Amino acid sequence: MNKQLLRYSLSGLLFTSVLLISGCATSIEPWVKPYERDNLADPIMSANRNPVSSSYTMHAFQAREGARGAEGGAGGGCGCN
Amino acid sequence: MRKVVRVAVVDATRAQMTMNQSKLALFILISLLLMVSFSTFSAVLPQERADVMYHSYEGDGMSIDGPSVLVRKQIGNKVSVSANYYVDMISGASIDVLATASPYEEERTEHSVGVDFLHNKTLMNVNFTSSSENDFEARSVHFGISQDFFGDLTTLSMGYSKGWDEVGKRGDENFFEEAERQQFQFGLTQVLTKNMIVGINFENISDEGYLNNPYRSVRYVDPTADRGYRFETEVYPNTRTSNAAAINLNYYLAYRASIYGEVRVFSDTWGIDANTYKLGYIHTFGDDWILDLRVRQYQQDNADFYQDLFSRSAEFNYRARDKEMSSFKNTSIGLSVTYEYQFSPSSWLKKGTLNYELDHLRFQYDDFRNVLADAPVGEEPLFEFSANVTRLYVSFWY
Repeated sequence: MNKQLLRYSLSGLLFTSVLLISGCATSIEPWVKPYERDNLADPIMSANRNPVSSSYTMHAFQAREGARGAEGGAGGGCGCN
Repeated sequence: MRKVVRVAVVDATRAQMTMNQSKLALFILISLLLMVSFSTFSAVLPQERADVMYHSYEGDGMSIDGPSVLVRKQIGNKVSVSANYYVDMISGASIDVLATASPYEEERTEHSVGVDFLHNKTLMNVNFTSSSENDFEARSVHFGISQDFFGDLTTLSMGYSKGWDEVGKRGDENFFEEAERQQFQFGLTQVLTKNMIVGINFENISDEGYLNNPYRSVRYVDPTADRGYRFETEVYPNTRTSNAAAINLNYYLAYRASIYGEVRVFSDTWGIDANTYKLGYIHTFGDDWILDLRVRQYQQDNADFYQDLFSRSAEFNYRARDKEMSSFKNTSIGLSVTYEYQFSPSSWLKKGTLNYELDHLRFQYDDFRNVLADAPVGEEPLFEFSANVTRLYVSFWY
């Protein structure tokens, strides 16, 4: 079940990135204008607004769980055994 | 027969891992080349800030705390550098230690430095991390690249990390093992509306080498032993490949609040499948106070070679009783409170925050028994424990 989901998500990502990188989708106009992005720029909309805390929290969970990865932050060895 | 099957599975796993790695490496290489050549929109360097944090974990008889300091500074308008100093001071005795060894104290120190480059309108970064404790050394290097598209509505990011571990063992000077790790990261962030952002992340991690914890043991039935069982060293396969994918969403509510959620699926070649669900709500009080409330649920299935109790010594080629390899779930609830202070325009400091964060975790194991309980072998109560994770920190922007 999880393997299938992972396969679909990777295929979706690859497809989207090929579209982006090849420029195939450049005919689509950006639908949120720069002057409409006040709310998006608010720190409360940032998934990683406090890196020092989020990388520690990620480490605290990862050291006690079998799963790892796709947390969204920049990677590096966790150095945990 | 089961042993033969297990060996065949591990061989197939190795072949699959090599194939996955080469495919991903090729994909990333091509993507990076294309990305750099088609770069057309701007990116920005991370904000200049400094954070000083005290962190603490208390649970299962363990106490782990220490400081973390993160500083980021811009050099000109093309380069930003960062440095992090982090310490874990570990003391106490978890269930694993109490069952097979004696309580201990140790310290882990981690240093990392990073550089971000804004070059040809593309943001790239390099990070080096080294972690040191008396029986374990880890070094890693990370390369990342990100690019905005569609008038900055879409951000594509990719990363590659390589890590090297050196594993020792207290009380055994001749014990020395090594492991290597590779990570491929891929992310896409999309602005959907003026109030909603969605992100998708994918990560492939592969390990090779000594992947055990040298202090963890498996137990097996032995009627000649006082307790009816004995312990022996765990044996893990020397390769592991995992894939994880996550989707997250942030939605802005009209009264300056937001809700966020995340779903993550995970699967690896050791047979562990896991799911993570996270949901949070952020509320603001005036301009100065931010409150974040969240719940998180995690569930995993055990590794193929995990058992709480083996029927005899060396029953299988690979065997584990590390509770992180078992079937379990954990639920956590958490809150963060932030007080924000704006400095005067003439000050070199722009903004400061004082933050307190607390998460309460509850772990419940489905096939890991509490051997400290007085009960017949294999009928001990299932193990469970609670933990508190606390962060207290100040941050300054300049």
